[in-house]
Amino acid sequence: MTTHDVALPSYLEQSPEVSARFRRIAERPVVLKVNQLGKTFDSVKGRIQALHDISFQVRRREFISIIGPSGCGKSTLIRILAGLDDHSSGEILLDDREVTGPGQDRGMVFQGYTLFPWLTVLKNVMFGLEVSGGTNGIAGVSAEQEARGWIEMVGLEAFADAYPHELSGGMKQRVAIARALANRPRILLMDEPFGALDAQTRAKMQSYLLQIWKNVDITILFITHDLEEAIYLSDRIVVLKANPGEIQEVIEVPVEHPRAPEQFLSREFLATKKRLEELIHPAKDAEDMLPIIRMTQVGDDVY
Amino acid sequence: MARARYFIIWKELDPRRRRVFQVFSFIIPLAVWSLVSYCPFVWHPMVKVSDPGGIAHFRVDALVAKEAFFRENAKALEEHRKPAQGVLANPVYLPAPHEVAKSFYKAFVTPPRLPEEPWLHESLWHSIKIIIWGFLISSVIAVPLGILAGTYRIFSYMTEPFVEFFRYLPAPAFAALSVAVLGIYDGPKVAIIVIGTFFQQVLMISNTTQRLDPALLEAAQTLGARGLKLFTRVVIPGILPDVYRDMRILLGWAWTYLIVAEVVGNSTGITWFINQQAKYRIYYNVYAAIIMIGIIGITTDIFLAWLGSELFVWKSRKRSILSRLRTVYSTSRTEPETVQVSHDNA
Repeated sequence: MTTHDVALPSYLEQSPEVSARFRRIAERPVVLKVNQLGKTFDSVKGRIQALHDISFQVRRREFISIIGPSGCGKSTLIRILAGLDDHSSGEILLDDREVTGPGQDRGMVFQGYTLFPWLTVLKNVMFGLEVSGGTNGIAGVSAEQEARGWIEMVGLEAFADAYPHELSGGMKQRVAIARALANRPRILLMDEPFGALDAQTRAKMQSYLLQIWKNVDITILFITHDLEEAIYLSDRIVVLKANPGEIQEVIEVPVEHPRAPEQFLSREFLATKKRLEELIHPAKDAEDMLPIIRMTQVGDDVY
Repeated sequence: MARARYFIIWKELDPRRRRVFQVFSFIIPLAVWSLVSYCPFVWHPMVKVSDPGGIAHFRVDALVAKEAFFRENAKALEEHRKPAQGVLANPVYLPAPHEVAKSFYKAFVTPPRLPEEPWLHESLWHSIKIIIWGFLISSVIAVPLGILAGTYRIFSYMTEPFVEFFRYLPAPAFAALSVAVLGIYDGPKVAIIVIGTFFQQVLMISNTTQRLDPALLEAAQTLGARGLKLFTRVVIPGILPDVYRDMRILLGWAWTYLIVAEVVGNSTGITWFINQQAKYRIYYNVYAAIIMIGIIGITTDIFLAWLGSELFVWKSRKRSILSRLRTVYSTSRTEPETVQVSHDNA
């Protein structure tokens, strides 16, 4: 690990610009409030506590990431927030109203795209507008015009009449984002949305997402297992731990805005990454070592 | 080494070879049939008498078992009578391909033996009508029921156990009952087709419905769809192509019940024709009729498959005729068409 050799500042140190930004965020109204959320379910091994005492707040137009080791319940958490799963205890408040079941006020983007394969790109983006019976807001604009606007925003106007199977993975996910945003949700929930994409496409998508976030009035809650992705995109990172899924720490990312790929090697970025590494991959334990006997000749060592 | 490529598991062949082998699938059985029909040394257990000679009970064109023919000839030679002459032949129930091919045409133009009997095309049409009615009646009830059972657990539990039980009852077992209830004409025949199709149909459609990707339902819910809208806007369009494919398979099953159905009550349709021709020992007509059923079946299926790929473009992953026509129309007037292939990686 290179981070060991370089003297890094503490991830808690913030430049004046960054701390001023966090103070401004703190003045904004709270959009999503999660209070002592818990989730248990019964399995063959008995009762399992998947999530325990999860509490955090998301303010308007904040970008929050949730990361954690596999099995920490981050996907369960976002599914509960979306209303797709029930919670066992605690409460979720969106604009101070209790959340029960899925709804248009929380848009969701899934890892598996979940575009309706029988609908064209345009019809996919119109789906939410149509089931809600018309446009959400602007008078005199048809659902189709509004959908076209969103498709244009993600740069796919040439593909409005294409079917999902004609698109690449990155394009599909852009349609999924446009489809979720067309409903003008209060918060956009994203469940490892770029997990299935190759590295180059993922980098492009991250840049698109930051541009969209900057220009659209939207609050984003983003689940990922990619530490760099979390740092690059977020204002704050909620770090979960497994068994039971609990909040380990909420980190304010000290990397300045606007974000750019060059910042991946900045001192603040690396300091944050080092902290995340410590939280998510604690010192190696015996479990990581395989009981392998030597099967190569002496002197034939790779290192 | 070149030969090895045919024996790679699941390895697709190039289109030309595929076509060749598909044609072979018909040529091989035809070749076996021709071999048995045209090569006397393969089978030919009979002799067709061309000249009875001095043997009193032989007639011209009569088929005689090979041993009997040679035995009688040997006896005739001993008694200084003129031996009979003939050619090796197959039994009457195995006509040669060319005879069957000829009867394909002849069967349609040969008038029925009795004036009130139907022509072949009338018999065929009668059969097709029985199938259409049976399949239609079954589908009208089974498709909605299957979709409901596949969508809502309450319908699943209220129908599937009984349907599972009933589908083991052979449809022909209800022949006598359906004649008692529905008379001797087309009613009981349609009923047999319905009984044979309905229960499988409910289960198949229900199964297909349950295979809908649940993530699509979740996505729709987060977009604000609920209740009936989830059903009409996600479940129905999502399963339609697979239901359509099920229907093609089930239509094939309906045909398999036809022959049983048509002997219930008064015999009609293609089954009547087959049985009648067999009675007159005109076996090449029997073969022709059987092959006709196959041809009607496969042509319908090929047509329905094509229609399906046009209806569900998003599933068949091709462009429909309609959209291709639209392209031709627009390109002939304006600039070249923009290529709709995903070249963009993001």
